[in-house]
Amino acid sequence: MELQEKLDAFQQYIDAEEKIEPKDWMPDEYRRHCIRQISQHAHSEVIGMQPEGNWITRAPTLRAKKILLAKIQDEGGHGLYLYSAAETLGISRDEMIRQLHEGKAKYSSVFNYPTLNWADIGAIGWLVDGAAVTNQLSLRRTSYGPYSRAMLRICNEESFHQRQGYEIMTKMANGTPEQRRMAQDALDRWWWPALMMFGPHDNNSPRTYNGIVWKIKRAGNDELRQRFIDKTVPQAEFLGLKIPDPQLQWNEATGHYETGEINWDEFHRVISGDGPCNRQRMEHHKRVHEEGAWVREAAEAFARRRKAENLTEAIA
Amino acid sequence: MDTNQALFQYCLRLGDTNLILGHRLAEMCSRAPFLEEDVALTNFALDHTGQAEALLQYAGQLEGKGRTEDDLAYLRPEWEYRNMLLVEQPNTDFAYVIVRQWMLDTYQCLLYDQLRQSKDAVLAGMATRFLKEAIYHYRHSSSWVERLGQGTDESQRRIRQALDDLWKFTPEMFAADTSEIALAALGIVPESADLLPQWTVNMARVCDKAGLQMPSGDHASAGIKSGRHTEHLGHLLAEMQYLQRAYPGAKW
Repeated sequence: MELQEKLDAFQQYIDAEEKIEPKDWMPDEYRRHCIRQISQHAHSEVIGMQPEGNWITRAPTLRAKKILLAKIQDEGGHGLYLYSAAETLGISRDEMIRQLHEGKAKYSSVFNYPTLNWADIGAIGWLVDGAAVTNQLSLRRTSYGPYSRAMLRICNEESFHQRQGYEIMTKMANGTPEQRRMAQDALDRWWWPALMMFGPHDNNSPRTYNGIVWKIKRAGNDELRQRFIDKTVPQAEFLGLKIPDPQLQWNEATGHYETGEINWDEFHRVISGDGPCNRQRMEHHKRVHEEGAWVREAAEAFARRRKAENLTEAIA
Repeated sequence: MDTNQALFQYCLRLGDTNLILGHRLAEMCSRAPFLEEDVALTNFALDHTGQAEALLQYAGQLEGKGRTEDDLAYLRPEWEYRNMLLVEQPNTDFAYVIVRQWMLDTYQCLLYDQLRQSKDAVLAGMATRFLKEAIYHYRHSSSWVERLGQGTDESQRRIRQALDDLWKFTPEMFAADTSEIALAALGIVPESADLLPQWTVNMARVCDKAGLQMPSGDHASAGIKSGRHTEHLGHLLAEMQYLQRAYPGAKW
């Protein structure tokens, strides 16, 4: 079959809402797009463990500590499914980690912001997981089968994360004046980074086009961002907290909230490595990876020895 | 000694050991040598914290002064913590994390197994639940001891070091205090000294598989009975108690 015929057949298959599976033929660019997106998603889950882990030893109650541990454990688990999904495309986890350390693979920029008070743990669940789940719900219908199945599992857990985040915010917003101050401070710092999580406007997003045609992405950045805003603004009002956007207003005609413009300079600065915690997050990941090398080597040496012993036994 | 008071003390001992170990494991979050292990250690942190919660809640009821599990976990001074000194030792490297865990898992498997027979129904119920977790932890930690012991020269050196350093904290596991003696006489708890022979056998079996020499020698270790800790606990508590201490009366 000629390449064009293959491409046409591929597109028809996708248009019929069929899933692409690892052994199916796919265009190289589709493969690259999936690897980039899934590995970025996996790295985001893993790097995201750091800002939340920053509060785990200071969690104020045993219940809060258990919930936060369970949540971070889920995120590690999501990282694992996603690395596995990406591996079906022919890249190893080692290679993905190498690309992360070399700065060739990205992770969600939102994790380059610091967690400065306990309400940040609430705000991450409510806003960051809330934004993530908005995106991920649409990704359940992504055209790449293993990614879609990973998303189905992940979405169930993410909605629990969002609820626990909102529960913390509710307690803080209704607590002592200091707790209330922490809650507002957290919202002030996380609101804009959460909106940035959806990426640039669609007319400025070079990769959206292919991603949509191939149904890897199922909705545009702006549409998803708007969905998140419309859902979240009333939740902030319910808490009695103020969204840090003087231009925020309800548009009766469109039935949507309108917001001020995102600070795209900041967005690009953080993406290109110059956010508050980029270096810290990457150095932490590299250091832990290097410090763990002897353990991984020991496990591999042990497995090799076991295999050799079993082989000897089998021969004898 | 009043039985409730003795059982309160006993639950504090068990609860605090789980509380502090859960905390040490929680510190490992995002710091394990690979992602699967990170998830496993976080899971163990969760189990131990859950055990601590149940035990301290029961302790609070037994004490009868209206203290909750959080009051007990977060608002006591250092000398009132009754955890084993073993579990407050820091996460020096992965070998220390594993050896500390393995020593305690071996112990908890035996203890919880016995406690299932307790004449105190609440304690027996908890032990039944905890035993399942302890067995799971033990499988994980003991298999790592074997892997590190039979891995590379470096892993062998590191696990020997951890074993030698932490060994001095083991006698404390088998030392009875007055509350334990009183409760053992009533068939509510086992005497921890009785767990020592089987503990030694189980430890030796894993050492043997791992090619490790089991350290010998007995060391007097204070800890639980006197309320004297190592230098490490103060730092751990300063961090753990921070919000409760800085904002008294706030609800979280």
